[in-house]
Amino acid sequence: MVTGARAKPLGGGAKARAKEDGGHPVALTVNGVRAARRVEPRTLLVDFLREDLRLTGTHVGCDTSHCGACTVLVDGRAIKSCTMFAVQVDGTRITTIEGLASHGRMHPIQKAFKEHHGLQCGFCTPGVVLAAYEFLQNHRHPTEDEIRVAISGNLCRCTGYQNIVRSVVAAGALPASAFAARRSSARRGDSRRRAGR
Amino acid sequence: MHPHAFDYVRASTVSQAVTLLRKHGDRAKVLAGGQSLIPAMKLRLASPEILIDIGRIPGLSSVREDGGTLRIGALTRHRTLEESELIRGRYPLLSDVAKVLGDPEVRNAGTIGGSLAHADPAGDWGAALLASDARIVAVGPKGKRMISIDEFFTDTFTTALEPAEILTEILIPKAKPQTGGAYKKLKRKTGDFATVAVGARVGLGPKGTVVDVRIAMAAVGPTPIRARRAEEFLSGQAVRAENLARAAKFAAEESRPTSDLRGSEAYKRAMVEVFARRALETAVDRAGR
Repeated sequence: MVTGARAKPLGGGAKARAKEDGGHPVALTVNGVRAARRVEPRTLLVDFLREDLRLTGTHVGCDTSHCGACTVLVDGRAIKSCTMFAVQVDGTRITTIEGLASHGRMHPIQKAFKEHHGLQCGFCTPGVVLAAYEFLQNHRHPTEDEIRVAISGNLCRCTGYQNIVRSVVAAGALPASAFAARRSSARRGDSRRRAGR
Repeated sequence: MHPHAFDYVRASTVSQAVTLLRKHGDRAKVLAGGQSLIPAMKLRLASPEILIDIGRIPGLSSVREDGGTLRIGALTRHRTLEESELIRGRYPLLSDVAKVLGDPEVRNAGTIGGSLAHADPAGDWGAALLASDARIVAVGPKGKRMISIDEFFTDTFTTALEPAEILTEILIPKAKPQTGGAYKKLKRKTGDFATVAVGARVGLGPKGTVVDVRIAMAAVGPTPIRARRAEEFLSGQAVRAENLARAAKFAAEESRPTSDLRGSEAYKRAMVEVFARRALETAVDRAGR
């Protein structure tokens, strides 16, 4: 299961540094950590996250907006980061799969996926978990049908979805506080450390 | 996949966007939610030199009734319409569309105005708004003007918008009593475009006759199209299953599908009949409530 990489500073690759003299400025908050870079306008959000910020938990599956492996939350809403430019999300708050765990402990939804075998190869999992996470913020005890609609933009080629749905059912029975918009002290600490540099 | 390189500029007002469009002309494209444009750019079907991002312009994403009109801002996300109590409660045709368009992630990002301006003949909002008797508000160098939805789609991926005009708002007559609507879409899978889709709005008179009807179809012509013969037939008729079925047959006859990987012409025509009938039945059922 994916665990938090938040404690590490968001690394800037050579590619990002090479662009510092040009490009378009993008400043945003990713998993509670401020990040500012200059990017080519055509940089897709998924590539910005993976290559510029080195957050490789967000996957590229189909790269055509179908599979949902690249799903992240932008201001709390699940979107496909292969179909959004990084410049479009300037000033927003992004949550990737790396942002769910806290202090090295899995988020309850991640635990539910582990306990109910909601994944096999795991490639689609970051996207499925984030789509379900957004859905569960506003839905307690959802029906299986509602869950299937909520994750209908996320394809899984291994599980046949049965255990994914079981995992979301289990997570949906957790108290709402598990899905409240979280701002953990660890994240604020990270922000301060970054801002202080 | 990456698009060709382009320059990016974010407009903060409509007039700024219009000025930018005037300045850059054909070299520019307008970016709203990007759910049609970005895939097209990644496939290099579109390679604008400049993207004018209107996605942050304030005041263009509200949904409200104002006098006799429902006003929907162009930047309203599909998901906002899906979740709107007003739409769910009083505009079932629009509510139907917002549940079947794209997938949840696409609906979180894409906008109704972007979808309309893109003018894909298989797009869901086009047919739905034709059936809803909508008007489009456009703002350009000469100011604001209103375009009837019947004159909006001029050809495939082509609208009546002038080169430097921005679509800012969609106006729909306020829901009337004894009127119901429905949108029925056949799709191969979630996220796919319609194989065929039919939107219908039906108003009933005191004696259970059809006094007002609009029927429109997606993915069966160069643009979304009205089923005018079906409408003419049904006007004034009693609401009976055989009349709805007959109207659906007319709709199938006047649809203009072409064979492609989603199905043959004959199959699509047969499906128009089925989906037109279902849309009419549901619209009548909802009108009677």
